[in-house]
Amino acid sequence: MAELTGKTPCDGLLPLEIGAVTLVEADPGRLTSVAPYRGGAEALGRALVSAHGLDWPAPNRMSVKGAARLIWFGRDMALLAGPAPAPGLAEHAALTDQSDAWAAVDLAGDDAEQVLARLVPIDLRAAHFAVGHTARTLIGHMTASITRLGPDRFLILVFRSMAGTLVHDLKTALEAVAARR
Amino acid sequence: MRVDGKGLIDRDRAVSFRFNDRYYTGFAGDTVASALLANGVRLMGRSFKYHRPRGVLTAGSEEPNALVTVGQGAAQDPNVRATVQEIYRGLAVRSQNAWPSLRLDAMEVNDFAWPFLGAGFYYKTFMWPRAFWERVYEPVIRRAAGLGGLSGRHNPDAYEKAFAFCDLLVIGAGPAGLMAALTAARAGADVILADEDSLMGGRLNAETYRVDGQAGPDWAAEAVAELAGLPNVRLMPRTTVTGAYDQGTFGALERVNHHTGRRGGGAVLECFWRIVARQSVLAAGALERPVAFRDNDRPGIMTAGAVRAYLNRWGVSPGARVAVFGNNDDAHRTAQDLIEAGVEVAALIDSREDVAQSGDYKTYAGAHVCGSSGRQGLRRITVRRAGREFQVEADCLAMSGGWNPTVHLTCHLNRRPTWSDEIQSFVPTPGAVPGMTAAGACNGVFSTAGCLKDGADAARTALKALGLRPRRGGGVPDADDTAYRLQPLWAVPGKGRAWLDFQNDVTVKDVKQAAVENFRSVEHMKRYTTQGMATDQGKNSNMAALAVLADATGQGIAQTGTTTFRPPYSPVSIAAMGAGAQGMGFAPRRLTTSHATSVAEGAPMIEAGLWYRPSYFPRAGETTWRQSCDREVGMVRDAVGVCDVSTLGKIDIQGADAGAFLDLVYCNTFSSLAEGRVRYGLMLREDGHVMDDGTTARLGPHHYVMTTTTAAAGNVMRHLDFVSQCVAPKLDLRFTSVTEHWAQFAVAGPNSRELLNGLLDAPIDDGTFPFMACGPVTVAGVAGRLFRISFSGEHAYEVAVPSRYGESLFKLLVARAQALGGGAYGMEALNVLRIEKGHITHAEIHGRTTAFDIGFARMISAGKDCIGKVMAAREGLLDEEREQLVGFRPVGAVRQLTAGAHVFEQGAEATRVNDQGYVTSVAFSPTLGHFIGLGFVKRGRARHGEVMRMVDRMRGIEAEIEICAPVFVDPEGGRTRG
Repeated sequence: MAELTGKTPCDGLLPLEIGAVTLVEADPGRLTSVAPYRGGAEALGRALVSAHGLDWPAPNRMSVKGAARLIWFGRDMALLAGPAPAPGLAEHAALTDQSDAWAAVDLAGDDAEQVLARLVPIDLRAAHFAVGHTARTLIGHMTASITRLGPDRFLILVFRSMAGTLVHDLKTALEAVAARR
Repeated sequence: MRVDGKGLIDRDRAVSFRFNDRYYTGFAGDTVASALLANGVRLMGRSFKYHRPRGVLTAGSEEPNALVTVGQGAAQDPNVRATVQEIYRGLAVRSQNAWPSLRLDAMEVNDFAWPFLGAGFYYKTFMWPRAFWERVYEPVIRRAAGLGGLSGRHNPDAYEKAFAFCDLLVIGAGPAGLMAALTAARAGADVILADEDSLMGGRLNAETYRVDGQAGPDWAAEAVAELAGLPNVRLMPRTTVTGAYDQGTFGALERVNHHTGRRGGGAVLECFWRIVARQSVLAAGALERPVAFRDNDRPGIMTAGAVRAYLNRWGVSPGARVAVFGNNDDAHRTAQDLIEAGVEVAALIDSREDVAQSGDYKTYAGAHVCGSSGRQGLRRITVRRAGREFQVEADCLAMSGGWNPTVHLTCHLNRRPTWSDEIQSFVPTPGAVPGMTAAGACNGVFSTAGCLKDGADAARTALKALGLRPRRGGGVPDADDTAYRLQPLWAVPGKGRAWLDFQNDVTVKDVKQAAVENFRSVEHMKRYTTQGMATDQGKNSNMAALAVLADATGQGIAQTGTTTFRPPYSPVSIAAMGAGAQGMGFAPRRLTTSHATSVAEGAPMIEAGLWYRPSYFPRAGETTWRQSCDREVGMVRDAVGVCDVSTLGKIDIQGADAGAFLDLVYCNTFSSLAEGRVRYGLMLREDGHVMDDGTTARLGPHHYVMTTTTAAAGNVMRHLDFVSQCVAPKLDLRFTSVTEHWAQFAVAGPNSRELLNGLLDAPIDDGTFPFMACGPVTVAGVAGRLFRISFSGEHAYEVAVPSRYGESLFKLLVARAQALGGGAYGMEALNVLRIEKGHITHAEIHGRTTAFDIGFARMISAGKDCIGKVMAAREGLLDEEREQLVGFRPVGAVRQLTAGAHVFEQGAEATRVNDQGYVTSVAFSPTLGHFIGLGFVKRGRARHGEVMRMVDRMRGIEAEIEICAPVFVDPEGGRTRG
C-alpha cells in the first residue's frame, strides 16, 4: 500500500544562524482557528478555560498554558496552537484546522528586534510589544502573525506557500544586521 | 593648505584617495572637499549650463558645485557632494559634466555664448519646427547640460529599509539638538538623535566657541558620549531626516557604508528609515547665504561659515591670502579665526557703515565686493567703496549674506514659514508640523547660549506632551551670547553676471528678466529661470532670488513668499527607497507543494497572481510547448491527467446561517444543497456584473467549503468580509481561508476513478460517488477530501490532503497516471480543456459582463434575493443587443484565431462603429484538430451559424469565422457523468 510522507513548510530552508540571531523552523503543534459564533464568546471562554486552561486573548495578546497557546488572530478569532481542540468547543465556535496552512519560524537572538525592524512596520520595542504580545501585520510584503515569545525571541507565521520568501527576506535582514556589528 | 594645530582630523592616519587621474593624501576625518583644499585643489567641477569652473561653495550637504561620481562601472554613484563624502583608503572619485577634462572643458564655449542662453531661452529659441523639440533640441541640450549619470546597469550594491520608533526624535546634533536630546534622555524619554554629519556637534565643531568653559567640540563630544551611554538613546550619525509626514512619521536616509569601502557580505550602502516619533525637536541649524556680485562663482569664493569650518574642523585654509566680505558680524569672526591660525587676511569688506576695526587686518566699512578675476581659481577681487573701485589680491573670498534657518521640514505638511524682519529670513511657523518644536538656529536663534537654551526648552515642551517630567537641576551650560547683527544685502549692483543659483546657473539678471516677462509669482519665476530646481533645491539661492524678485516687482519679501518646500530635504537614491525590492524581493512567491517536483520535471513556470504554476510538462522529443500541450490534452481526454489546483481559493464557512449567507452572496441557491454534494455558483457584484465563479461543497449541516478562482481569491474573501460585517451582520456564521491548508489535485480523464481507487482506502463507484458528490476519504492512509467535479469536461475528481502531504501525493498521482497512459498536465492544457468545454474564466468574466451576457441569467434565483440581483435586472443589462458569449471556429483560408481580436460583419469595414464583438480566449483544439475561440458578439446567441470577420489589428491577422455555441466538446455532458 502506498504511503504519503509529510514535509514541513521550511523543509530544506532552515536553520540559519547569522551574527547574533538564529532562525529555525518552529513546530507550534496543531493549529486550529477558533472563531466564536454570535453570542458564543462567553461560553467559549469558559469552555476554553476548562478544556485547555486558556483564557480568550484580548486583541494583540496571547494566552499560554503549558505547551498550549491561544494567539489572537484578528477580529473575533484566535489561533489555538498545540493541542487538538476539545470537541465541546465546536458548540460555541467555528473550529478550522489550519495546521498545514502556516509556515512557522522562531527568530531568536540579541539582534532579533533589529532584524524585524527591517521588515515589520509596527513598533516592536519591548516596552510596547512585550512577551506575550502578538500582532497581525506585515513582514516584507507578506501578511503575518508575529508574537513575542521571549525578551529576544519571536514566533512568526506566514502563509505556507510563502515560506521561501519569508526565509529569503529574513536572511537578507539577518545578513544586513550582522554586517553592522 | 593644511594649518598646523587645527582641526578634528586624525593626523596620525593618512588616507590616500583618487580624484580624476591623480592620487591625493588626506587624513582620517577628512571629506573629499577638505582633503582636496588641503592639497591646494580648488577646481572641483563644472557648472550645469555654462560649464563654468567651480570649487566648493559650502562645507555641508547643501553644496551646489562640488559634485562628484564615486566609483566606476555598474555601481557608480553620481552627484555625491564632495563636502559630504568622507575619504577612505581606495576611494576613487571623478568630477562630472566636463569633457575631455575638468581643466580643459570643451563645453566651456557655452560660457561665452551666455548672452543668448538666459532665462527662458529654450522656450524662445527652440519653438520650431515643433517636432524638433523632442527629437533634436532636447537630447542635445540634455547632453550639454548635466550632472553625473547612472551606469544603466544592474546596481550590485545592497541597500535596506528599516523602521524605528521613539518618544522623541531630535533632528540635528548641534548645540540645540544635543541639549534637547540630553534634557529628554535624562528624563527617561526614548530618544533618537539623527544628524547628517559623521561627527555630531554641528557648528560647535566648526567654530571656536566655548561651552561651559570647554572648547566647543570637547563639550559636544562629552554630550555625545553621555547620550551613547544611555540605554534609551539611539544615536544616528550620517542620517539625514529627509521628510516630515503625517502622524509623526519621518523619512531618513542613513549613509551606512559610503565612508568605508565595505561592499557585499550583507553590508548595505544606505538605509532608508521610516521613523515614527510621538514628538520631535527640529534642530536643523541654518544655512549661510552667499552674496550675489559679478563673477561670484569662481573656485576659491565660498561662504564664510565654510571657510571657518574648513579651518576649525579640518585644519585647512582654503587659501593663502583670504579676503572676507559680509553684511554681519560673522564676517569678523572669520577674519579673526584666520588671523589666529596664522593665515593672511587680505581685507575685510563689510557692507555696513557703522563697523569698527575688529582685528589686525585692513577693514573696509560701507564697501562691497563687485567683481572677481581668475579663470580657474580666484586671483583678485574688485572692491567698491564710496563710488571708487580698486582691486585686492586674494586666492579665497569668504562671503556671508547672513543665515537662513533650515525651516524645510516644518513646511513638508504644506504650511509656510513666517518672515522675520530681525534676521531678514523666514522662521518656522509654530505648530506647522504637529508635535514638532523648532529650536536653535533653525528657529532663528543664532547665539550658542540661545541655541542651548532653546534646545532645552524644546525638549521640555516635548516631555510635557509625553507626560514625562524633566530631571531637576542640570541647567543650561554657559556659552557665547553675542547678538546677531546684520544689514540686508542680497545683490551688489553692477554689470555682468552675478550668480544666485550656482547649481543651475541662474543669475540676478535672469530673475529680473523673469519679472520683466511677467513671471512675477515666485513659483513662476522658479520655473521660468529653473532657480532652485537643481539637486540642492535652492538651499543656497532661494532667499536671495526671492529678494531680487521682490525688489524687481516692488513687493516686499514677506508678500512675495517662498516656493514650496517638499521632501526630500536632500537627495535620496531611488535604490534606498526601493531597497529590498530587487530580484526575489519584488513580490512574495507563492509556491505550491508540487513546485519542486514540477520544476524538476522541466516544467516552465508561469505566474498567476503571486502563485507559480507549471505551464506544461515537456517530454523527450517535444520541442515546442504546443506539442506538450496537445499531448497533455489528449491524455486527459483519453486516459487520465493530474493537475495541481491548490491555488484556487478555498474558504471554510461554518455556522447556523452559513446557507443563508451563501444564498445572499451567490445568485443561485445553496441552502438547499444536500450534504455531501457540490454545486457550481455564480457570484455577482453589487452592480449586477459577475464577480467570480466556483464550486461550493456542503460538508455538514452548517459547514460549507467555497472555492474561488485563483485570481479572485483575495477579492472574494474581502467581499465576504464586507457582506458579513456590513450587509448581513446578523447572520450567524464564521469563515476563514483554508487555501493553504489543503493541497488539492485534479485527477481528470476516463481512467481517473481507476487511479483513485488504487489509493483510496475505500474504493468509490458511481453509486457512492456520483457527479457533484463530495466527502471525506482516506488517501493512502491520510484523511483527505474528495470532490467529483470537472473543469475539463471529463470524468474527474479533485482530491485534497493536508499540505504537508502535497508533494508526496502529487508524485504518487503522477506515477499512477503515467502507469495508466496519462501524466501531469499544466496550465496550457488546462486552458485548452476548458475552452473546448466552454467553461469561462476571468478572460470572460472580466468585470464588464453579466450573468445575462454569459448565458447564465436563469441562474439568478427568482425565489430569493442576492447581492447584485436588483442591479442585474436593469433594462440595459438585459438588452438582447448586448454582446453575448459565443464560440468561434475558423471557416476561411486563415485557420488561426487570436484572443483580443475584434469581430465584424462580412463586407463591413473594420472600424469602431462597425464593431460586433471580440475574442476573449482561443486555443488550438487537438480534440477537434482546429482553432476554437470564446468571445462576445452582439445578439450572439441568435447568430450561431453566421460567418463573420475576425480582425486582429495588433498582430495583423484576419480570419473568416463562424459563430457557434460555446461548448465544443461533449455538449450533453455524458463524459463528465461517466
